[in-house]
Amino acid sequence: MTDATRATVIERRPINPFDLLARYGTVIALVLLIVFNLIFTTNFATLQTLNVNLTQVCTIVIVAVGMTLVIATGGIDLSVGSLMSISGALAPMVFMSKLFPIGNIYLAVALAIIIAVGVATLLGLFNGWLIARFRIQPIIATLVLFIAGRGIAQVMTNGQLQTFKVPEFQFIGLGRVLGIPFQVIVMLVLVIIAAWVIRKTVFGRQILAIGGNEKASGLSGIAVKKVKLVVYAVSGFCAGIAGLVVIAINSASDANLVGLGMELDAIAAVAVGGTLLSGGRASIIGTLLGALTIQLVRYTLLANGVPDSVAQVAQAVIIIAAVWVQQQGRSA
Amino acid sequence: MTRIHLARMVGSYGVLIALALLILFGYLRYENFLGLFNIMSVLRYNSMFALVALGMCFVIMTGGIDLSVGTVAALGSVAAAYASPYGPVAGVVAGVAVGLVVGLINAVMITRMHIMPFIATLASMLAASGTALLLANNRSVPVSYQSGFTELGQGNFIGLPIPAIIATIAFILGWLVLNYTATGRGVLAVGGSEESAKLMGLPADRIKTLAYVASGGLAGLAGVVLAAQFGAGQPIEGVGWELFAIASVVVGGTLLTGGVGSVGATLAGVLLLGILFTVLNFENGLGWISLSAYWQSVIRGAFLLVVVILQARLVAGETTRT
Amino acid sequence: MGEDLLLAMAGVDKRFAGIPALIGASFEVRRGEVHALIGQNGAGKSTLIKVLTGYHKKDAGSVSFDGKPFEVTSPQQAQASGISTIYQEINLVPYRSITENICLGREKRRFGLLDWGAMHAEAERLLARFNIKADVRRPVMEFSTATQQMVAIARAIGFDAKLVIMDEPTSSLDEREVGVLFDVIRQLKAEGVSVVFVSHKLDELYAVCDRVTIMRDGRTVRVAEISGIGKLDLVSSMLGREIARVEGHATAFTDRDPAKLGETLFAAEHLSAGSAVRDVSFSIRRGEIAGFAGLLGAGRTETARLAFAADKRSGGTMTLGGAPYDPASPIDAIAAGLGFCTEDRKAEGIVPDMSVAENMMLALMPKLAKSGIIDEARQRVVVEKFIKALSIKCSGPNQKIRELSGGNQQKVLLGRWLATEPRLLILDEPTRGIDVGAKGEIQALIKSLADDGLAVLMISSELEEVIEGADRVFVLREGLTVSEMTRAEASEDAIMAAMAEGSPEAAR
Repeated sequence: MTDATRATVIERRPINPFDLLARYGTVIALVLLIVFNLIFTTNFATLQTLNVNLTQVCTIVIVAVGMTLVIATGGIDLSVGSLMSISGALAPMVFMSKLFPIGNIYLAVALAIIIAVGVATLLGLFNGWLIARFRIQPIIATLVLFIAGRGIAQVMTNGQLQTFKVPEFQFIGLGRVLGIPFQVIVMLVLVIIAAWVIRKTVFGRQILAIGGNEKASGLSGIAVKKVKLVVYAVSGFCAGIAGLVVIAINSASDANLVGLGMELDAIAAVAVGGTLLSGGRASIIGTLLGALTIQLVRYTLLANGVPDSVAQVAQAVIIIAAVWVQQQGRSA
Repeated sequence: MTRIHLARMVGSYGVLIALALLILFGYLRYENFLGLFNIMSVLRYNSMFALVALGMCFVIMTGGIDLSVGTVAALGSVAAAYASPYGPVAGVVAGVAVGLVVGLINAVMITRMHIMPFIATLASMLAASGTALLLANNRSVPVSYQSGFTELGQGNFIGLPIPAIIATIAFILGWLVLNYTATGRGVLAVGGSEESAKLMGLPADRIKTLAYVASGGLAGLAGVVLAAQFGAGQPIEGVGWELFAIASVVVGGTLLTGGVGSVGATLAGVLLLGILFTVLNFENGLGWISLSAYWQSVIRGAFLLVVVILQARLVAGETTRT
Repeated sequence: MGEDLLLAMAGVDKRFAGIPALIGASFEVRRGEVHALIGQNGAGKSTLIKVLTGYHKKDAGSVSFDGKPFEVTSPQQAQASGISTIYQEINLVPYRSITENICLGREKRRFGLLDWGAMHAEAERLLARFNIKADVRRPVMEFSTATQQMVAIARAIGFDAKLVIMDEPTSSLDEREVGVLFDVIRQLKAEGVSVVFVSHKLDELYAVCDRVTIMRDGRTVRVAEISGIGKLDLVSSMLGREIARVEGHATAFTDRDPAKLGETLFAAEHLSAGSAVRDVSFSIRRGEIAGFAGLLGAGRTETARLAFAADKRSGGTMTLGGAPYDPASPIDAIAAGLGFCTEDRKAEGIVPDMSVAENMMLALMPKLAKSGIIDEARQRVVVEKFIKALSIKCSGPNQKIRELSGGNQQKVLLGRWLATEPRLLILDEPTRGIDVGAKGEIQALIKSLADDGLAVLMISSELEEVIEGADRVFVLREGLTVSEMTRAEASEDAIMAAMAEGSPEAAR
């Protein structure tokens, strides 16, 4: 590179339509969707619709929060769906005393949550270890658990559906606090914590710095490897919680299905929410809005009689469009 | 230098040795393991996976990945089932055609829109699945048994299962393309260093496009075999096929970052993982322990882990060498 | 002279975003000659080569090659027309065999399929011309850098290149390998192929080149027979200095009182790492500005990175404040009181998407935080203090750093380190790519920091900066400390002489 190219000049760049679209596209889309539904979808403006959409979007948002952090460092985590199924398989085994007898049901549920989420966190840490220690590309490193993770869950349960009736546990998915579904509260708490971490803590700043310029971060004294380890562990943690929410809603755990395709949903929520897939930026609120947008598109299509299969295709198109718009906005 | 050489040896011969050991183990431990029936069913059943893995092999050699192959196969099976009354040729054309289309869409997203391969193909995985369900009306689509279409999956020719013959021909062609055409060498060059390949004047985008289109077409062909074998187009089949394909390609020593790969070793990888499944079945048949089929993907992941760490060390060793 | 010209470039202009990189540059290469192209970083030689090979489009000027007007738009086209470039980082596909790397793009076929036998034979034949025997079926990454370079050259010859451009081909070769390369170059010359040789190692130019073109600030300043120009003359043309030059201040550095310097703060003995740093020793006292002078590739930046533990050293010892100093990572170095402003602001300095404040606080942040939570109030105080002290022109602490000019970005990075209150600050080319006004400000700032007792290690390719700014100058040459001079001793002549032909024996 020559001096001439290095000497960046300050120019007021003309406003780029893609930049605007990348920045406000999600909000615009969300507003348009709501307006459309208010006009065309019957019974849209009801509490029930809100509840249905919030409940369904919860697990995606929970996973996507972890994914946002991972992507902000310039990485990716393909294993989230598999980790959900492991966590979802493990918890019932604990609270139904299949592994070891536990007398007190509250103790059993607490242990189940701790063990299930703990294992998922450790597996996330394992991802981070592969990436930080061996410098394996994140896509490849997390592919290992993407492939093996669901198998582990299936082996643990022998592929069988675990059904249960444990209200103390199902509260996670079915309970309400002040009329708000409990999992929505879990989701909001995670969103708020993550948004706070990104904005207010040293750790959050370090995540963004690594994604923005890993070399400069290392030279500024940031422990790049450590931050990456933690970030992937957090992604595992979020996936673990999401797995519990899913099985609690269903009152059953099917290792074959829990979290299936979640990696795409989560990545899509992040991309639609305006976080660059190349790292360096993170908008947790954007991710929340992104997930809501995707969910609302699905809901709109389904509520207006479009088959689920078409909704899938639409979702794919939206994801690609969002990623593309992001890239255009940045390259300008 | 010796370390790299060793790693390459392990890459190309390791899978063959493992395959031989596994077959020997099965032969010594189980009755009828090398019986004609068992061999034929292993070949018949694994042909579809072999076709998908062949396409994946080319894509991975360019440094990319194709996660859509499983649902493309499902889509191909539905298309083939609808075309099956017009005969086997129509079925093949229909199945392969939809695969080629998806492959082309993948290629456009990756080379023109510069979307990362795994995101582009994750999206097309979703879209192909949706399209398959839509075409099939959320049901499996029965094939015509009168037109001779089912021969593609169930028939024999000179005593060999026809799907296995199809897969063999595909692998021979794949081997020829990789080793004896400029395009094949271009695939490896682009995967090894896209920048260098471009400076050498190779049409990198065209080469990548060919790889994704081939992968789509082969996945579509696998779908044709699937429909013929099970007598129906299966819109919800193909889940996890991409994982099987990736695992067999990587176990065969193909570098996940691209640039190094072998068609023959990929076939060995498919057979290794396929026969492993058979061994599990036989072991369960003995009745001493019961290992579920789910161990397959765990074992696949374990294989992948070992290979990926070995490869990472190999690459690290190369870059620190001065 | 005109009749045997292979390449003639004249009046070539090239601007990037309005800033000129080439101003009426000219370059002529005769048939069958080895022509050296030299200049400081930013002199325009790589831009010139990139214009020639179609990588950049020129704004004005004419190029003729092989007697015909020459207009290419891509490296591939240039290659097809007979110009091959061998880049510093060798552009081969590491995993593929020698044969493939030589023959990719012009494969031999039989019955429509690749004829490996013929291709292997071709590769062996081409390599044999350079007396190299190698198993052409093995991947190139298994071979030494020198062999890889030969493979790249063989590839170029295979494409019937008339002109081979070698961009710092010897930077990663050992002495014996350089010898082999020179034999190859002489062989090419004997076959009528012209070679453009870009290198910063002056001895090599004299060993193998016929003529030399010197560039400076985007212009061609001198063309000469290499046998008719002395090393010192070469260096002074590159730097734009007359050998005997009138005194006067060209920088904002003003004289300092040597009596004010404190005791030795930092000392490094016999540092080494790879081929870039072979044996470097230096020391810095409190309140002292120590300068590193040397040509490109002398190992200055690499030495600084060793001191900051950004790279692992293979030998040598360091002390800091009298105690042994053995950092394992930049984290240790920062904790010990070092700061490091890198040469490449864009790649290693700024985090473009972050604000001025965030960039400035990157190194200090952990110290300013209370149990991991950023103390916004204290941070704002520090940031605003430095924005004012360094007179950084920005709309506010929250402006994105990528929107700032180069000089202001550099000030933010200076602020990043000053905020950590370091004992030793390493500045690698602190004023490169910065406009004149900001340059003066930064130089004045460095001086006042040293006056306040900070030890500064300043790496600069601008002679005035080193001469007028440094209290002591260490001259590096090909990974060795070849000279140590006090402010009084450090004249342009002396420094240039040491840069050009100094030897370690002269240092002590």
